[in-house]
Amino acid sequence: MALEHADVQRAAHLARLGLTDDEAARYVDDLGRILEMVDMLQGLDTEGVAPLAHPLDVTQRLRADEVTESDQRSCFQRCAPAVENGLYLVPRVVE
Amino acid sequence: MHDKTLAELARSLEAGEFSSRELTQHLLGRIDRLDGKLNSFITVTYDQALAAADAADKARAAGEADLLTGLPLALKDIFCTQDIKTTAGSRMLDNFISPYDATVVEKLKAAGTVSLGKTNMDEFAMGSSNENSHYGAVKNPWDLTAVPGGSSGGSAAAVAAGLVPAAIGTDTGGSIRQPAAFCGITGLKPTYGRVSRYGMIAYASSLDQAGPMARSAEDCALLLGAMAGHDLRDSTCVARGVPDYTEELDTPLAGLKIGLPREYFGDGLDPQVEAAVRDAIKVYESLGASVREVSLPHTHYAIPAYYVIAPAEASSNLSRYDGVRFGHRCANPADLIDLYKRSRAEGFGDEVKRRILIGTHTLSEGFFDAYYKKAQQVRRLIRQDFLDAFEEVDVLMGPASPTPAFDLGAKKDPVSMYLQDIYTIAINLAGIPGMSVPAGFAGSRPIGLQILGSHFTEARLLNVAHQFQQATDWHRQRPAFAEENA
Repeated sequence: MALEHADVQRAAHLARLGLTDDEAARYVDDLGRILEMVDMLQGLDTEGVAPLAHPLDVTQRLRADEVTESDQRSCFQRCAPAVENGLYLVPRVVE
Repeated sequence: MHDKTLAELARSLEAGEFSSRELTQHLLGRIDRLDGKLNSFITVTYDQALAAADAADKARAAGEADLLTGLPLALKDIFCTQDIKTTAGSRMLDNFISPYDATVVEKLKAAGTVSLGKTNMDEFAMGSSNENSHYGAVKNPWDLTAVPGGSSGGSAAAVAAGLVPAAIGTDTGGSIRQPAAFCGITGLKPTYGRVSRYGMIAYASSLDQAGPMARSAEDCALLLGAMAGHDLRDSTCVARGVPDYTEELDTPLAGLKIGLPREYFGDGLDPQVEAAVRDAIKVYESLGASVREVSLPHTHYAIPAYYVIAPAEASSNLSRYDGVRFGHRCANPADLIDLYKRSRAEGFGDEVKRRILIGTHTLSEGFFDAYYKKAQQVRRLIRQDFLDAFEEVDVLMGPASPTPAFDLGAKKDPVSMYLQDIYTIAINLAGIPGMSVPAGFAGSRPIGLQILGSHFTEARLLNVAHQFQQATDWHRQRPAFAEENA
């Protein structure tokens, strides 16, 4: 499956990754070669094979629905770039 | 002191030949003098190391020392450490100080070990040469013009150079085993779920696993025992008892059935690597093992499947770096989208961006079935290859890497770098454990023998590796770099 400039810009937007047009052009080449390698998978017959998401056949563990975490907001916000009154600051979203 | 194994150092500490403080000071001094040439550490924690060494000496004096008390090690900079910077080799986390310790860090601290610092790595563990680090490439102590391997290249180089007796790495597609091979040390990737991933910065969550890198299989056994075990904070960490991994080390190998996967000895394998691996197999035969050829028919689909699954998981995992809650934030964002896009564009390096883009593309509408679902189906076939092989044999053996360490800057094309992991990557897809042990040299560059077992057979692998190390002295070789600077 060939990859085009618009595909790379679309993926970059979905991933919220800023790319200049020059960078995108370079990634068209790189990603194209990677996808070409990946396309080898299409030649393998996997009819009826169940997808494997996890290497061990285990099920998700459940626990009682109890509050176990304490409030550590100030601790977690120490590594934030900008906070005020316990809130994370971002550019204005609603005018 | 600096070329001893952990087991030897433990005996010296116990006998009072030197204290943990003396040992720690000696190694910190070596890091100061030598690491400028290697770049294996991102952060050296002098004060914390000496305080931990003093606490260890005190515990020993009070008769409260355990097996690992006072032994120095280093942590790949992917493990969160409270109050100490954790970068994952990325500009994105250059200012990140974790509010908590990873479970592995917590366990190793509780065992009394002394961390000397955080080792260099490929950014977010994406790479096979340690050239993708924001903090610069690491050099191989066996040959300063060669790469140390990756992504745990700093851990491997530091151990090989005698800066620290052991280090903890992580392995998503070969990132413990390949650098261990390139640097002539012993490394173990445990079964997926054996060691908690809590606090280990995520790359590809269904593949990532932490493990020990050291100078002997015995040392890996000691460390794995301290690292492994159930953890409620990682839902994929298995509830299964942790055996004493040193107990089976001395079991004789008579009757051991070794399989050699035909696909691991084909085109692209360096003849010197092949010769060293075949010589190692002969050593095993002399120890009473039998050898037969087996087949892992889907081997060549492993790299393509991996480069769908791992980037897909990475694109999801790395979406957390948004410039809002932690990590790099761009200056003067115009709006929220600009904040995200520029913070991520500035914070991530080239290879990380490549994998985020691949993962986002393959997971996007219209492509999911052709890529992600297909790769997961192939993943089942790859795992089945191993399960079938382990019906016939106890362990599989082959090269850890198709070539010895390559030159710095030699692999500019991403796909040629990816193909380096041909013998290691399927193991992560299958979730089985694997080791690399030193088995010879190509000129000055070490060669690693890879040993693979079925799920949760770490004790057996360590036994098989240890018996080889009783019969050979490849693991005892030290680079001239470490000795000239003794």
